[in-house]
Amino acid sequence: MAESLVYLPQSGDWICCSCGDPLEPRDASVTYLEGGFTIQVLTCPRCNMALLPEYVAMGKMLEVEQLLEDK
Amino acid sequence: MNQQELRDIEYRCIEEEQPTCQAACPISVDVRAFMGKMAAGDVAGARKILDRTMPLPGVLGRICDHPCELACIRQNAGGALAVGDLERSCVMASPSGGKPMLMPSKGKTVAALGGDMSSLTLAWDLAKKGFAVTLYVAGDKPGGKLNDISPDVLPPEALAEGIDMLGRMGVAIKTGQTVDAALLDTLAAACDAVYVECAGRDLCGLSRADVDAVTLQGPKPNIFCGGWPQPDGSRSIISLVAEGRRAAMTIDRLTAGASLTTSREKEGVTKTRIFTSLKDVPAVPRTEPADHLAGFAPDAAKAEAARCLQCDCMECVKVCEFLKHYKGYPKLYARQIYNNLSIVLGNHYLNRMIDSCTLCGLCTEVCPEDFSMAQLCLDSRRDMVTRGKMPPSAHEFALEDMAFSNGPDFALMRDEPGKDSCTHLFFPGCQLGGEPDSRIPEAYAFLRRKLAGGVALSLGCCGAPALWAGRQALFEEVVAAFKTQWEARGKPRLITACASCLAVFRQAAPDIPAVSLWQVMNEETGLPEAAGCVPAAPVAVHDSCTSRHDAQTQAAVRAILKKRGVPFEELPLSGRYTECCGFGGLVGNAHPELAKAITTRRAAASDRDFLATCAMCRDRLAHVGKRAYHLLDLLFPGKDGADAAARPDPGFSMRHETRARLRRELLATVWNEQVDAKAPAGPDFVVSPEVRAVMEARHILDDDVKRTLAHAEGTGRKFLDRETGHFLASFTPHRVTYWVEYVMEGGTARVFTAYSHRMTVVGVGK
Ligand code: SF4
Ligand code: SF4
Ligand code: SF4
Ligand SMILES: [Zn+2]
Repeated sequence: MAESLVYLPQSGDWICCSCGDPLEPRDASVTYLEGGFTIQVLTCPRCNMALLPEYVAMGKMLEVEQLLEDK
Repeated sequence: MNQQELRDIEYRCIEEEQPTCQAACPISVDVRAFMGKMAAGDVAGARKILDRTMPLPGVLGRICDHPCELACIRQNAGGALAVGDLERSCVMASPSGGKPMLMPSKGKTVAALGGDMSSLTLAWDLAKKGFAVTLYVAGDKPGGKLNDISPDVLPPEALAEGIDMLGRMGVAIKTGQTVDAALLDTLAAACDAVYVECAGRDLCGLSRADVDAVTLQGPKPNIFCGGWPQPDGSRSIISLVAEGRRAAMTIDRLTAGASLTTSREKEGVTKTRIFTSLKDVPAVPRTEPADHLAGFAPDAAKAEAARCLQCDCMECVKVCEFLKHYKGYPKLYARQIYNNLSIVLGNHYLNRMIDSCTLCGLCTEVCPEDFSMAQLCLDSRRDMVTRGKMPPSAHEFALEDMAFSNGPDFALMRDEPGKDSCTHLFFPGCQLGGEPDSRIPEAYAFLRRKLAGGVALSLGCCGAPALWAGRQALFEEVVAAFKTQWEARGKPRLITACASCLAVFRQAAPDIPAVSLWQVMNEETGLPEAAGCVPAAPVAVHDSCTSRHDAQTQAAVRAILKKRGVPFEELPLSGRYTECCGFGGLVGNAHPELAKAITTRRAAASDRDFLATCAMCRDRLAHVGKRAYHLLDLLFPGKDGADAAARPDPGFSMRHETRARLRRELLATVWNEQVDAKAPAGPDFVVSPEVRAVMEARHILDDDVKRTLAHAEGTGRKFLDRETGHFLASFTPHRVTYWVEYVMEGGTARVFTAYSHRMTVVGVGK
């Protein structure tokens, strides 16, 4: 298996507000319709809240969404 | 759609029909492509096109009697193209092509008696197909009467070159033969087939009556005849060629054991259904070479060929941005859509295309065969919905908007106060209801004052979004629900202020009598006393595409303008031929860029301010910066004295809010009922106009942002950027996850960006 792609924010020093912890890259599974894959995004190690940056949501992710919709 | 239905649909579009010149050519030379190359000065390219269909092109190209010219569409706009002279010029100016490609030997032998043009053609064609052909000629050289043609017209070298090429193709030529019935008998016994060229005489005792006109099969199964003079005794070179080719085709079928007769109508001169409009085509006179024998000078050839109209139909593509965008034409699209719908596994590349037709129906109006792309796309959408193949993102936003309009925040059905049944029912529509200064209350008050019998009011959506989305069941549900309420009100006559609502009701519920507000004002109530805004210059009337077939409403709109003293102009495409504003068919959801191109194209049709009779048309036009009035702007004074044509597209969130406010306002002022505004979904926020535009394009509503803020602030589930102090939070109210980056300034948020996605990511949203 190839390493999952890493999508970090393009700027900023992000922490989780509820837990106060700095974030670290972790695997997050992404699913839609019949499709799914894993990416790495900044995640709070304590509560597992994940940060999906805008450029990913409006870029790669949108592309894949549309591909899956046309399956 | 099954194969047969596809065939029927495809058949309607005549775009792939042959141009009239090609159909009139007995060997179907692609005259149009030839002209294209000649006009571009590409003589070698033009020669290649002749070489594709012509036997002995150096001979035929010089002497063809060009019946195609009689069929050229240009004859009514300056004169038929000089096809004969151009072909001659082309072959004179270009070296002969190389040896044609030959198929592997079939091991079949054919004898041809006679060496004139029909025999030479037969030999040429059959040699290419891998037959061993032998020509038997009486004289000392082949060519027959071709040898009698003036050398200025057909130089002997040109004929010799053609015959030499036949030799290189493996055709054997036997000269000095006694061509008679005995030879024919011998050869018929020895060969797979024999061709008898009856050029001018009754050779071997065969007469035309002995021969089948379609197959040219003679008295014996393997004897074929052709090459007769024309019925009037004249000699037509191209007819000789056609007969040689026809006989060759039969011989090929015979030796392959195929039917000699099926689908032969595609050979020779054919029928074509092509349509080419001469509208806006200026007449340009035909030119001919100063010396026919010398042919055209190069520039003169280019100029004459450039008169070719490159005949094709494309009538619909000319007027439709959507059809143009996908670079094809309906016949091709029908095939592609069929394939798209038939795919079981794999990508459905055409979903977006199917969802991008505005369903406006203009194509059908301009099509000589009434092809309906709208029907094809709508049927396909229904098919996709039924099979669960419609992309969820295609129409969801529009359907949610419809649900909002038919939900508690907007929907309303009331009799006029003090009446328990009404003869009229005013239905302003959801889009007009979303206009901040719609003048709906004024129009409703006016109708109540002027119409006897009571005027009920209905706020809601007619169901058009469901119809356009291919969600037939949902659409029928909406219409049925409306009908139930309409019946309960005593079946009043419906008065609509939106062309789409009117068209939807008329089509889906024909038993509901429905009429446009404009017709009522023009014919029954007269116009309101106090005028609205007065345009400074003439306006251009934009008919909604959904009113295309409603001539009465269109006439009423113009009559109202006249009565109001508002000068107006007609757009080049109006009335029955009007263009869609870019809202129709929900193209804005499936393909926003294309929708914008459609709107921009419509807006460019006139420099005048537009006058629309549909709120959505007006807003779409405003969205691309086009100044546009709604007719109601001219009929009632607005809330403020602002320039109505300049007001912006309110946008999705504003429409929601406005609808809810309109409902509260009407309930309070007409029925004396106070309803509280709904509690806000979350904290107020401010954004820059740029971020607002981004939200609009991403279909993110104010409420989506507010709910996300409320969730983040309520639960504390958010990220903090320690460099900027910005928070980032996500929330998934339903199917879509929203992200908002913001800071709190007191009780109000300042929002820096908002985005969304449909995929589910673990640890995100909820
Ligand atoms: S205008 Fe051109 S394409 Fe049309 S019929 Fe004449 S030669 Fe053919
Ligand atoms: S957008 Fe209108 S004119 Fe174009 S294909 Fe669709 S229905 Fe026809
Ligand atoms: S108008 Fe369009 S659909 Fe109709 S025949 Fe021409 S190309 Fe085909
Ligand atoms: Zn945490």
